[in-house]
This record gives sequence, structure tokens and C-alpha cells, in this order.
Amino acid sequence: MTTSVLFDSPGPRTRRRILLGSVVACLALAAVAVFVVLRLRAQGQLTEERWGPILNPANPYFTALWTGLGTALLRNAQAAVLAMSLSLLLGTLLAVTRVGLPRWARWAVVGPMELLRGLPVVIAIFFAARMLPEFGVDLPLLWYLVIGLTAYNMVIIAEIVRAGLASLPRGQAEAAAAVGLTPGQAMRSILLPQAFRAMLPALISQLVVIFKDTSLGFVIGYLEAVKITSIAAQQLHNPLQLYLTIGVIFILINYLLSKLAMSVERRLSRARRGPVAPPADDRASVDAALAVAGTAGG
Amino acid sequence: MHIIVDNIGLYRDGLLMTLRICLYAAIGSLVLGTVIAAFRVSPIPPLRAVGTAWVTVLRNCPLTVVLFFCAFGLPELGVNGAYFWFAITGLVLYTSAFVCEAVRSGVNAVPPGQAEAARAVGLTFTQSLSRVVLPQAIRSVVPPLGSVLIAMVKNSAIVGAFGVAGELFNVQGRLTSAQGLDLIPVLLGVAAGYLLITIPAGVALGVIERKVAVLR
Repeated sequence: MTTSVLFDSPGPRTRRRILLGSVVACLALAAVAVFVVLRLRAQGQLTEERWGPILNPANPYFTALWTGLGTALLRNAQAAVLAMSLSLLLGTLLAVTRVGLPRWARWAVVGPMELLRGLPVVIAIFFAARMLPEFGVDLPLLWYLVIGLTAYNMVIIAEIVRAGLASLPRGQAEAAAAVGLTPGQAMRSILLPQAFRAMLPALISQLVVIFKDTSLGFVIGYLEAVKITSIAAQQLHNPLQLYLTIGVIFILINYLLSKLAMSVERRLSRARRGPVAPPADDRASVDAALAVAGTAGG
Repeated sequence: MHIIVDNIGLYRDGLLMTLRICLYAAIGSLVLGTVIAAFRVSPIPPLRAVGTAWVTVLRNCPLTVVLFFCAFGLPELGVNGAYFWFAITGLVLYTSAFVCEAVRSGVNAVPPGQAEAARAVGLTFTQSLSRVVLPQAIRSVVPPLGSVLIAMVKNSAIVGAFGVAGELFNVQGRLTSAQGLDLIPVLLGVAAGYLLITIPAGVALGVIERKVAVLR
């Protein structure tokens, strides 16, 4: 699937030009890399003092740093899993309520949803942490973060589930009604399970977004990985190296999660077609899922 | 309520500051994102690799980390500048990855048959690009690009949380801690400020989306 609309498949002369372009691009990249390394060295960023706490197990700070980061990352994961589960639960409820309500009453659900969707997630978290105590709700910081993340993400998940429900053929609901299921039963045992299957990749993508957003816990002083990194950076005086490290860790985790989303998508589309169907054109469903994930991400 | 009315000037300035940040960041990320997208669809493999790496890295990294890196890492590299510009840089880098994906998916959404048909009826490369491929690509790029930019407006609040003074979210700190005002009305004012940007933007995007929708 490398056919592009923009150019034909290259002939011999174009292939030579592409080769030349590749060589030039590689040289430019190498030049940039050399420049960065020289710059780092000139600024004294490549010293043992700067990297030791991160890379050298014999360094006195090594164990403390990595234990701290590990515990903090677990706190991120904890918040992400809680927020994801709660948003999934509430988002599904919202989606089902919205579909179930008569048209004139839908604004009662849609209005608040649109308001929540228009707010930055960092403000939702901050609100949860500062407003709930004013109303006498005293919780550990973790829960303020989870509540803020849930308030924002349940709306997005509701949209994903709604899209999933809308993508099902009408015959599914009609057949369920025909065999005598109530609308509630049909939703629970026929429609939702299929919608979730279709939406699994988009839901995993949203988990990536939520995991990234747990780092906003620093706004309310929750000791998550980025907050711990900034504390460590103040003590070890190597912010560049530490932020680079925590960035790489986040990128690795999220990259693996999105790979998982893609492989789930591939498995699902294969299973849906069954062993008899020709294994062609996996693209359409991947693109559809990405389109949904795209509106949710960002 | 009177707290919001009394400090309406501060809120207005905050809103304007947020809009200014967003304008700079939007211009920067649209340009950078389009360049990266061009890298990703170019026929030259190393450039494609750079584009892919760029998107993978920045999409999977929390904006907080990108901002911290720009604000505290770049000065260590000897890059000096105002905090404001480091924040903008972070926002531009982060958003460019999403812009790139929106643009790329738009270009890829044009079925190859369209270009093939254009060539078959004898249009030149320029004609087929300007009359057939680009009009369709731009139409399918607009809606996702709009959502990316709305998400960017919301992300700009994080810049305020980082202490770019005068930004809308940052106004909250000034009012509550410096002037000791009640928290809830102050926060509601901030929330209203963001909704004032995001909800009309969302409505406008919906209208544009319907206008440019392509039937396939």
C-alpha cells in the first residue's frame, strides 16, 4: 500500500535522483547530529556528573532516582487505569442515555457534555482539586486527578461508544426486538458488546491520551513521574538529561500501547471477516478507527 | 459574580494573551506540521524516517514533558530566550505532530484512482494536482485540522499552569493567591473564558465540515 497519488512509481532516472536525495538527506541529518553532540559537549552536558545518576548503577543517586521514578510511574499508571475504567463506565452510561432519550430531551445530556468537552483537561483537574474541598469533599490527591481526568474523558468515550453503536447495522437492534428482547436487554447483550469490539482500538488510543494526561497531576502537586523528575532535576542539576529520560520512558510506554491498539485492530478485522473471506483491504476499517481516534486525540 | 465583573479587565487580558499564544502556536505548528507531512509522503526514505520518528516521539510524549524540556532543558543547551517563547516552542513542537497526521491523512484520503483518472483524460501533472488532487485533499484536511487546533487552544492552558504570566488560566492564581478572592467564582470565570473560545470554534468547525464534506 505504498501507492501515492502524488507521484508515479519511479523510473530509472527518478530512482537515481531519489538515491541522490537520500544521500544528501543522510548527510544533512549526520551534520545535525554532529552539531548537537558538539553543542552538548561544549555546554558540558555529556559529563559523568550529569548522566551518572541516570545511567551508572555505581552512582550514589542511581538507586534513589530510579526507585523514585518507578514508584511515580506506577502512580501515573494507577491514575490512568482508574480514570480509564471510570470514564468507560460513565461514558457508556452517557452514550446509552443519550441514545435512549427522546430527541427533545437530549440537550439535557448533550449540553453538559459539550461544556465539559470545551474545557481544557488541566482545568478540569484543577477544578476537582480546588473546588471539591470547598464543598467538604476531602480526598487523596490521586482521586482529584482521577475525577478531573474522568470528567473530561468520559465525554470523549461517550462519543466513541456512540459512534460504535451507530456503526452497527440496524438489523441487529431489529432482530433483537424481533426475538422479544426489551430495548435494555438488546443494548446490554446485543448492541454494546459489538460496539465495544468495533471501538477497542479507539479506546486503547484514548488510554494513551489519558496516560499522557496523568502527567498533569503536577498542577495539583500529585507526586507523579514528571513532578518527581522536576524535583530530582532541582537536586541533581541535570534537567536536560532527566527530562530526556522521562520523555523516552513515556514515549516507549505509549508507543507499545498504540502498537497494541493496531494489532488488536488487525485481529478484530480478521476475525470479523472469518477464515473464508479474502484477506484484502484491511485499510478501510483501520482508517475508520483512526478517524474516530483522531477526533478524540490531541 | 461580582468578582468576575470587577476583574473583567484581567480576564479580558488573559483571554487576549491566550489568543495570542494560540495564534503564534497555530502559525508555527501549521507550517512545521505541513513540512513534516511533506517529509512523510516524500519519495526520499531518510526524510520519511525523520517524519515518522518526529510524529512517534511527539505524539507519545506528554505535553508537560515537552514543555519542561523546552523551559529547563533548552537553556542548558545555551539557547536563551524569554520563558514565553520556550512555552510557544513546546506547544508548536507538540502540535506539529498532530497537524502532520491530519495533513497526511487528508492527502492519503484522495483515492489514487482520482489522479489516475486525471492523467488518463490527459491533464498535466500541475493540472491534475491543482484541479483534482489538492481540492479534495484540502477539503478532507480541514475538519481534522480544526479539531487539532481546538485541542491546541485547550492545551495552551497547560502553558498558563507553567507560569506564563497573564495567560487565562494563570489569571486564576493572581486573583486567588494575590488578592485572596473566593476561588469558585474566579475559576468559573476562567472556565467561561475557555468556553468562549472553544464552543464557537467547535460550532464554526461543524459548519465548515458540512460545507466542505466530500461524498465518496
